[in-house]
Amino acid sequence: MKINLFTQSREDTFLRRMSGVAKLVCFLLLTFTVMLSYDIRVIAFTIILSFVMFHISKVTWRQIRVIACILLLFLLLNALFTFLLAPEQGVKIYGSRHEIFHIAGRYTLTQEQLLYMSSKLLKYVAVAPLGLIFFLCTDPSELAASLNGIGMPYKGAYAVSLTLRYFPDLQRDYNNISMSQQARGLEMSKKAGFASRVKNALAIIVPLIFSTLERIEVISNAMDLRAFGKHKKRTWYSARKISRQDILAIAVTALIFAVSLYITFFINHSRFYDPFA
Amino acid sequence: MEQKKLFTFSTRILVATALGAALFFILNTFVRIPTPVPATYIMPSWAIAAFFGALFGPITSALMTLIAVILSGAIDGGMWWSWIIAGGVAGFIYGFAFKFVNVNRGEFKLKGILIFNAIQIAGNVIAWFVVAPVLDILIYAEPVELVFLQGAVAGLTNIIGCAVIGTLLLLAYSATRSKEGSLKKDTDNADKQA
Repeated sequence: MKINLFTQSREDTFLRRMSGVAKLVCFLLLTFTVMLSYDIRVIAFTIILSFVMFHISKVTWRQIRVIACILLLFLLLNALFTFLLAPEQGVKIYGSRHEIFHIAGRYTLTQEQLLYMSSKLLKYVAVAPLGLIFFLCTDPSELAASLNGIGMPYKGAYAVSLTLRYFPDLQRDYNNISMSQQARGLEMSKKAGFASRVKNALAIIVPLIFSTLERIEVISNAMDLRAFGKHKKRTWYSARKISRQDILAIAVTALIFAVSLYITFFINHSRFYDPFA
Repeated sequence: MEQKKLFTFSTRILVATALGAALFFILNTFVRIPTPVPATYIMPSWAIAAFFGALFGPITSALMTLIAVILSGAIDGGMWWSWIIAGGVAGFIYGFAFKFVNVNRGEFKLKGILIFNAIQIAGNVIAWFVVAPVLDILIYAEPVELVFLQGAVAGLTNIIGCAVIGTLLLLAYSATRSKEGSLKKDTDNADKQA
């Protein structure tokens, strides 16, 4: 099992040329828009926007195939459980009841429930490509620079870029340990009982953790020797200047965010769009 | 005995945070232990967070879970701020074990085990039984029954995971550390040789 989760997209696209700070601000504004609004029109608009960006980013279907399937499965399970546990949630939210047909017992399909569940499903769909695009099109060290740029203390920002830097190394360690334990006959499949599954997982986790703890000492000593963290500020090799494109992109997403807030407060007077009233 | 400070952000803490996050992310993606209950898994990644919390303190465990949960959220399309915040809260609380458990000095006996587990249970209960469901209701208007069921499943599996895997890891780690005062000057021998 070998998955490269951080295969960066190297295509020279508009999204790759944007500065990291601008991308981060746009990403946060759009996820907050989708997070706060339950208006299906706003969500549908964001979906269109994020699919357009997905197209621009030239991230290929191959890169995300596995993830998309897992997400789809999760969405279906979530919808199923929502309906099983709370079939009247839509009625409760919109305060009206338009039955479509009765299923069984307390389960009746209503228009309200259908609207609520499809809004919720689309919320998930809208936000999924955004995170992928952001991480696949942003260089890890530029990400640290941009986090620092929007006010995160640089030690925190540096921790994020170190995570991305050491992720492939630890993944290689994990693969090596897992392979060698399996070569010794470690049972990883469902055939083993629960207690031995825990024991087998530990046989991989323990060596991985101890080698990581050693790495921590080595890396932090090396950084201390180079006087990391001596000053209150630092500069970044990979930081980019904000261009006119970036300002434009931030302005557009800020406008979308503002419009969604306006719709919430002044048109719908709630986070839900109520066509039944 | 030197005073243990909970909130210093030294280089070592920073590196531990970064590598802890990478480790958490890898285990979160690749290692999940199926339980006898169908479709329910124990995630050893949360036990790693509790383990790092006991070793390095709350800054490490809180930041590493935040970074890792945001990363895996972005990768698998689940940027759900309610669960991200709950993860950070859990990590933060795990970190208080650092103050009370002297695992670095090779002392991890019954008392240490009890304190570590009391803290991880408190963290998991607050994060998954309270914070995650309440934020889900406030931010995402999810149905009450659904979020409390999800929270209870996550909370219980994490408590079991931290209790079993976290405790075993701390025992294994403390066995590799030399105890304080385990070396003493061999005066008798020195006298004889003189």
